[in-house]
Amino acid sequence: MTADHLRVALGGVPDPDWLDEALRQVAADPATITRFFPAAGRRCGREALPDAPGWTADEAARALLLTALPTDHAGYADALYRRGDAAEKRAVLKALPLLPIGAAGVPLLHDAIRTNDTRLVAAALGPYARHLDAAAWRQAVLKCVFTGVPLAVVADLDSRADGELAVMLGGLADERHAAGRDMPADATDLLDRLTAGSGRPTAREA
Amino acid sequence: MRIFDPHIHMTSRTTDDYERMAAAGVRAVVEPAFWLGQPRTGPASFTDYFDSLIGWEPFRAGQFGVRHHATIALNPKEANDPRCRPVLELLPDYLEKDGVVAVGEIGYDSMTPEEDEVFAAQLALAVAHELPALVHTPHRDKARGVERSLAVVRESGIEPGRVVLDHLNEVTVPLARDSGCWLGFSIYPDTKMSPPRMVEILREHGTERMLVNSAADWGRSDPLLTRATGEAMLAAGFSDDDVDRVLWRNPVEFYGQSKRLDLDPADLAAPSATFAGNSILRGGS
Repeated sequence: MTADHLRVALGGVPDPDWLDEALRQVAADPATITRFFPAAGRRCGREALPDAPGWTADEAARALLLTALPTDHAGYADALYRRGDAAEKRAVLKALPLLPIGAAGVPLLHDAIRTNDTRLVAAALGPYARHLDAAAWRQAVLKCVFTGVPLAVVADLDSRADGELAVMLGGLADERHAAGRDMPADATDLLDRLTAGSGRPTAREA
Repeated sequence: MRIFDPHIHMTSRTTDDYERMAAAGVRAVVEPAFWLGQPRTGPASFTDYFDSLIGWEPFRAGQFGVRHHATIALNPKEANDPRCRPVLELLPDYLEKDGVVAVGEIGYDSMTPEEDEVFAAQLALAVAHELPALVHTPHRDKARGVERSLAVVRESGIEPGRVVLDHLNEVTVPLARDSGCWLGFSIYPDTKMSPPRMVEILREHGTERMLVNSAADWGRSDPLLTRATGEAMLAAGFSDDDVDRVLWRNPVEFYGQSKRLDLDPADLAAPSATFAGNSILRGGS
């Protein structure tokens, strides 16, 4: 996803003039973003965008506001996340990979993954999660399984999933089976892919 | 029966309550910021509380199909503690948030000069942020408290139609009725107001500008007393339409003045349909 793509996908929002003007002002005077950011849902709506799968209008508008900043993207992302409601936090998380900030947004991922708001956990596991170290990333994936967040939200799942994650998923599967409870199907599939040929019984056989 | 509880402190309630409320017809709530029983000692504690009202609590409510909104303010009781006064400086940020549909609870507890000041300052914030105001009327010395609250409201310049005076009773109704403000009634198991008394008040004064809430919190209270009041109205001969007006359309009209009410159920469930229907997620535990 790119900022240009989001801009096009937002073509049909209820109040496009508001967004244009907000983007212009943020580019000229960065501090104005604190005023526009909370209002974006009311002005641009909260519908899913057909041309930007996985994004809603408010998320896309807020991400664009962040990309419009001329400077200090990391500082504003941090402040807007810390002072944001759940929807604003989610938008910051989704915007992180579009911003020229290197790994500076990682503390926000840690904060989101610590919460029990599954929408925040999901938003933290997009493409920017490549900056998470392996241990934190595995715990976050396991938390998705544990809390019912579909693994489809996890970027780079197959390329990053490793033997250690298989051990952790296997442990959860054992506990679930002992309790007579099911594992989510997407987690069972992942575990099967990870353990294929390893000699460990597959999750379905266990 | 569709129910909008315009005043309930869900932070203090369990998921069992959300489940029972949803089953009883409660589809939307407003949670006013108030005190928590234990006095707070500084602004950081309020920040976390306010963040919860616009973050975790709406998420928790959403798991049960209940739409959650908040009102934000420094409450009158803690307005008296100078350590909490800097909370006023935190408010403008919060009053711009989507889920914040009024300034509240403001008003009087013991009618001190500190409360006067903080009440007036927050009515000015309501005007500046184009939000309605939720005014808590004092439990002690209530009649004079209502009178004095109305004087402060008049002086502030906020339109009376954008103000609700809450926790009213038989004695304070006429004064509030004449002011043009909305009238809030907190139905409690055995104190502030009961369903049968509420029905009598509706008989005498009509259903216009009337808001019925449970004000359920950490004290002895019952989040289903909105429903019980609706049933008492029906038993007393009020129509389904009367009940819908009091328990749904009136709160929608009052808080709708914020232009921030969002009653679309579409995004209540989680990010994907595959986990809609999951019972509340016990993540991390």
